Amino acid sequence: MYDTIIIGAGMSGLAAGVRLAHFGQKVCILERHSAIGGLNSFYRQGGRTFDVGLHAITNYAPKGTRSGPLAKLLRQLRLAWEEWALAPQLGSSIVFPGIKLRFSNDFELLTSEVRRHFPDQVDNLRRLAAALHDYDQFGQSGANRSAREVVGNIITDPLLVEMLFCPVLFYGGAQEHDIDFDQFSILFRSIFLEGLARPLAGIQKILKMLVRRFKEHGGELRLRAAVDQIVVKDEAVQKILLEDGSELEARNILSSAGWAETLRMCSAATAEEVASPGRLSFVESISILDHAPRSFGYEETIVFYNDSEKFRYEKPDDLVDLRSGTVCSPNNFAYGEPLEEGVIRISALANYDRWAALAPEEYRLAKLRWYDRLAASAARFVPDFRGVVVETDMFTPMTIHRFTGKANGAVYGSAEKRRDGTSHLKNLYICGNDQGLVGIVGAILSGISIANRHLLK
Amino acid sequence: MTAAEIRDAILDILHDIAPDEDLSNLKDEVPFREQLELDSMDFLDIVMELRKRYRIQIPEEEYTELSSMSSTVRYLEPRMKGI
Repeated sequence: MYDTIIIGAGMSGLAAGVRLAHFGQKVCILERHSAIGGLNSFYRQGGRTFDVGLHAITNYAPKGTRSGPLAKLLRQLRLAWEEWALAPQLGSSIVFPGIKLRFSNDFELLTSEVRRHFPDQVDNLRRLAAALHDYDQFGQSGANRSAREVVGNIITDPLLVEMLFCPVLFYGGAQEHDIDFDQFSILFRSIFLEGLARPLAGIQKILKMLVRRFKEHGGELRLRAAVDQIVVKDEAVQKILLEDGSELEARNILSSAGWAETLRMCSAATAEEVASPGRLSFVESISILDHAPRSFGYEETIVFYNDSEKFRYEKPDDLVDLRSGTVCSPNNFAYGEPLEEGVIRISALANYDRWAALAPEEYRLAKLRWYDRLAASAARFVPDFRGVVVETDMFTPMTIHRFTGKANGAVYGSAEKRRDGTSHLKNLYICGNDQGLVGIVGAILSGISIANRHLLK
Repeated sequence: MTAAEIRDAILDILHDIAPDEDLSNLKDEVPFREQLELDSMDFLDIVMELRKRYRIQIPEEEYTELSSMSSTVRYLEPRMKGI
């Protein structure tokens, strides 16, 4: 009998596991795959390590910062700042036709760019920054207001509104077009006020550190341990059945698999408990270059692009939405030493159903075809890197679904969040992106806060 | 435990919670919240570390007693006498 069984060895599940094991609980983390990480993972191919998910870690704070999400997370996991050794971004931008807004980890840069391109909006931008809801460990004020409405009342130039929504939705929008203002506040703060950074060794460094901590405290991590069913009796989880036929029992279950996905595992979910999964997914192309990006004049960390004045954050009709996207170069962070190779990653919205309908051979060809189209689309906004590519890879909504179990490959989960982390069962709790916090720091804080609030009392 | 030992035990907990902090200049009379910007999550951690290490139960309504080093030592002294 475990104190807690955690479903999913992603950032939130691992962080919750570290907390619970640290305070003496008998904890088991069940991971369906042979690899940990879930939405933020890495894989080896052709002798190289590729990150999945991570472009940058948001919520950057320099060493010595005592408040804010990163400081909170480090304290809760008993980590020193150096253990993450985050290198800040060099500088990013939002590019729309004929206009480019640069931003960095110093909000003054964005302010001065707005002053230059939207002189009458500078005061409004400051008003928006002041109106953001304070960060709360559960990411909620309970207000449930449309960010489009709130921001549209403060920023009165529609183009600037679109430009500010572009990074915010790309980095955390679970619903189409709009987002709850609480979520907007968290994301805006994390991207523009705190900022972007990355550890030199990528995501695997953070994952390995969490696993090491978890195991040091006696936690048990089981890979290739897929949950077949959460057996429900008397409005509580009675036991967990694994696909290999074994059974496990625990006082409490914490699931990071997603709300709809978790309900589907429950043996007795009633109609009113059926949640709708998210529908927004992405493709990402990865290009390995034989030059560092700065050798051909590309020094930006992340470029958010959109090819018209209106930013349409929606499930596209076609396999990939070529109108907008995100270009990231992991090389362009202020590391002490350079990365070994140049890398460019491009993400864009994608249609899960269209990818899922392809036969295997068509799927393979579509990956190649859309890699080319995506690279050509991005080359309209960043220096053309296509002549120096030595290796490519591409993941699709199908890949995301296969490795994370997220219905529709929806990386930001369902549009409806379970913010207090409770479920319809008295000993089942939810953490991860369906609890409400997204991104790496958000996911980790989600695991920590739900563990603290419900499981450590 | 003596008052000095309790102070060391608290320092040890603070060092674990905030490994980046230099605690050598900690002022005993000034609230942790002001000096180290500890928040409610951190205070809960001090309570849980005390429970884990010394089996001391601190009721929620008495968390405020832990606001500074001197108040914490004062509060814990009678409770940690036999440890």
